[in-house]
Amino acid sequence: MDTLLMDGLAQATEQQSAADPWRGFAPGVWRRSVDVRDFIQRNLTPYEGDAGFVAGPTARTTALFAKVTDLLKQERAAKGGVLDADTEVFASITSHAAGYIDRELEVIVGLQTDKPLKRAIMPFGGWRMVKTGLEAYGYTPSPKLEEVFPVLRKTHNDGVFDVYTPEMLRCRKSGVITGLPDAYGRGRIIGDYRRLALYGADFLIKDKKAQLASLEVSRIDEDVLHLREEISEQIRALKELVEMAASYGFDVKRPAASAREAVQWTYLAYLAAVKEANGAAMSLGRVSSFLDIYVERDLKDGVITEAEAQEMIDHFVMKLRLVRFLRTPEYDQLFSGDPTWVTECLGGMGLDGRTLVSKTNFRMLQTLHNLGPAPEPNLTVLWSEKLPDGFKRFCADTSIKTCSVQYESDDLMRGYWGDDYGIACCVSAMRIGKQMQFFGARANLAKTLMYAINGGKDEVSGEQIAPAYAPITGDVLDYDEVMARFEPMMEWLAKVYMNALNAIHYMHDKYMYERMEMAFHDRDILRTMACGIAGLSVVADSLSAIKHAKVKVIRDANGLASDFEIDGDYPAFGNNDARVDDIAVWAVERFMTALRKQKPYRNAMPTQSVLTITSNVVYGKKTGNTPDGRKAGQPFAPGANPMHGRDKKGAIASMASVAKLPYAHAQDGISYTFTIVPGALGRTEDERVSNLVGMLDGYAAQGGHHINVNVFDRETLLHAMDHPELYPQLTIRVSGYAVNFIKLTREQQLDVISRTFHDKH
Amino acid sequence: MTPPLPQARPGSVSGWIHSVETGGTVDGPGIRYVLFMSGCPLRCLYCHNPDTQHMHDGTRTTSTEVLDDIALYATFLQRAHGGLTLSGGEPLVQPEFTAAILRGAKALGLHTALDTSGFLGNHADDHLLEDVDLVLLDIKAFSEKTYRHLTGVPLRPTLEFAERLAGLNKRIWLRYVLVPNLTDDAAEIDGLAEFVAGLGVVDRVDVLPFHKMGEHKWKALGRKYMLTDTEPPSRELVERVRKQFQAQGLRAD
Repeated sequence: MDTLLMDGLAQATEQQSAADPWRGFAPGVWRRSVDVRDFIQRNLTPYEGDAGFVAGPTARTTALFAKVTDLLKQERAAKGGVLDADTEVFASITSHAAGYIDRELEVIVGLQTDKPLKRAIMPFGGWRMVKTGLEAYGYTPSPKLEEVFPVLRKTHNDGVFDVYTPEMLRCRKSGVITGLPDAYGRGRIIGDYRRLALYGADFLIKDKKAQLASLEVSRIDEDVLHLREEISEQIRALKELVEMAASYGFDVKRPAASAREAVQWTYLAYLAAVKEANGAAMSLGRVSSFLDIYVERDLKDGVITEAEAQEMIDHFVMKLRLVRFLRTPEYDQLFSGDPTWVTECLGGMGLDGRTLVSKTNFRMLQTLHNLGPAPEPNLTVLWSEKLPDGFKRFCADTSIKTCSVQYESDDLMRGYWGDDYGIACCVSAMRIGKQMQFFGARANLAKTLMYAINGGKDEVSGEQIAPAYAPITGDVLDYDEVMARFEPMMEWLAKVYMNALNAIHYMHDKYMYERMEMAFHDRDILRTMACGIAGLSVVADSLSAIKHAKVKVIRDANGLASDFEIDGDYPAFGNNDARVDDIAVWAVERFMTALRKQKPYRNAMPTQSVLTITSNVVYGKKTGNTPDGRKAGQPFAPGANPMHGRDKKGAIASMASVAKLPYAHAQDGISYTFTIVPGALGRTEDERVSNLVGMLDGYAAQGGHHINVNVFDRETLLHAMDHPELYPQLTIRVSGYAVNFIKLTREQQLDVISRTFHDKH
Repeated sequence: MTPPLPQARPGSVSGWIHSVETGGTVDGPGIRYVLFMSGCPLRCLYCHNPDTQHMHDGTRTTSTEVLDDIALYATFLQRAHGGLTLSGGEPLVQPEFTAAILRGAKALGLHTALDTSGFLGNHADDHLLEDVDLVLLDIKAFSEKTYRHLTGVPLRPTLEFAERLAGLNKRIWLRYVLVPNLTDDAAEIDGLAEFVAGLGVVDRVDVLPFHKMGEHKWKALGRKYMLTDTEPPSRELVERVRKQFQAQGLRAD
């Protein structure tokens, strides 16, 4: 245990008699030190039944949601999809007065600014980004802010560009490394927001002070100073959170004493984080089974009804759907649909074999039925074969009806991360409150292969990006020769990539430290340096073509390999064919090996993901013709997916290929997006549910990590492209998250439509 | 130049296959590995896989090779409460090949389904049928005249096969493709429903609305597709036919 509070017992007893927030809870270590997992383990009521008990929306929920729907409609109609933006004050936890949608109707309150959907200025990531963002949507930032940035206050972005090397800049420009969080918030940090509800801010501040005292050591070196300053910032953030909560009329210095307070406290803690940190992904963690303990207590005491319990969760979710950040059009090109990745994890099994499924997991899923489908919160089911059947079926049913759920194998992750981890963003698992990651976007492995062939010259611009290693000069690509060039090129890329990430996260900690999120963490945490790769299936197929068919090189006037002619067939990734799947496995392991040789900032543990989100389109756009026959500019497959239309043996073969990718060497997650037409999932509704459950069980049993499930017809999407007004809530899963289909760029919409639909029969 | 034929290993039987679909959900319970075998003696007007009619248009392989591939999916199929479905084409065109695959699938612990028109039912000996858990039996029409017009072969062998399956207490899912003006005659369907119910082994009836998704394959093969002007059945017609089966106490949904 990391917590250093020594007099917790006395504190706890005192609190219990005052407001008795812990009445009826089974005691344990959690009373003396910050340990939410222990509280859950001792108090959760696992639920093994079906969805029969869930309630529909209350009149109040329906009325409030009508207002929210109207606001969202206005937002979509507004320039660039931005309804309102602040131009005067930059955001902090306490910068804005309390805001409401409709005070009479809201059961759970709190907004990022004083008005719903009004975007705040969060300038510490980079002033230029904020300014460009505002101007792009027709707003002018206040001149007084211009005086502050960057003259008086340097930002993360300024810092990074002060230290970037010319080589890093070249890689960034060519797109061999893309999406780096050097001008926006890195995100992917999950505060343990439950701590505010369970302990109240006084307890947490006291704990943080004890942590600070523990750092009064004999040798105050840079590491100690770093941590001491951060903890002081965390304490300040907790105090501001108390102030912000008070503006809504709540005293969060003490623990939550009811279900409604527990939801409200948890939300306020999260809200404080999204009030000042504009992270790419601002995930929620794993709150619903925690909240269930409070809901169960109130239900048992007869204080609330099932309808009221559902109402709290519905209102909480409505708030989560309104989280917004001010971003630039360029950012949207990469990660489109205005995502915030408010990822919430449901399900999973405990280390002791009991399920962690609770009724509030059902209530959380029920919001998709009560409020309709939506991309946020990013509901993520931690799947295990051992999950209760009733829950499995409700998940599958909800997936089929809303396409708003993703699945990740708890059976795979539990061994790595225990039973109180959450998912940040899409697929990044982390122990809640005990671990964070330095988000590292991704490297373009397909382009790296082209650099290997072209002696480090970019196939699009012709510029020398990588070191001038010997290019391949033969007219037909030889497998061994290509591999001998590819490996050193990967080694080089891993080095530049890691160094660039070190620069970024050093500056992020310095200029844009996430004090609120980190206040909900232990003192000593595990940090991962989360690298990533894009274009895996392009690389695997290219190498397979080189090995199993004959690939002739066509060179341009400058002697660069600019196109390829493939003679013969080659096995493609996605058909459960070892001849190519082994190459994909090799590429994942090989690049990870190169990353492990590097020294990450703050002793972080290097990891990588195979995930693109929607950036597979941009990566493809920046990459020339590749030896697999993919044409220049064509999108890559998303995440770890096989290339469009090359998986010819059906869904399970495709899944089997992806499931072979080793999680041990991609501990930041392996994303697979699966789209099927309803008819191909079974003839009746009941069969579709059973078959989807069977598919998820089968995929997990094979070692698959993550799967997005979409169930719809191609025709629906085509129709939605032309008539977006008819599909305001059409939600689809894209590598790792969900988006409103109509908010995608036309290019991305076409990419989604062209992707493999499993539609036999 | 044709590639060299794969060599059959001892105990292995060679045969011809068309393709594999690993995510099937409508050809038997759960999620299926569907092996489409090539060769079929019927010439159904609505055939949506005309490219499987001639055995030698397929790929030559061996039962061992096929089973090696199926084995890769055994765990998945078991967890997904599915199994192997042999379809086509007509699997009973190659009874030894089919029997060898079924035997191997049972050895892998898989549920097995045989999708057949029943016309070659006498090719399936009792040993072969022992390795079949479920027969997906297509009875394409119930009068000799309609059947012969539709398929080019007589109906009688199919009905005899159905009766033989009933005698062996083999479970059956009946499949009936509903084509307007071709197989929608109410009296004929009543007759079929009565016959099927009398078998006592039919667990469900799938009324499959005719579709033209296979039309492009006919064109690609340079063959004339006779049903270009035929429309898929209306919802009402499908419902009427389902009710006719239900009236005999059969499950048809």
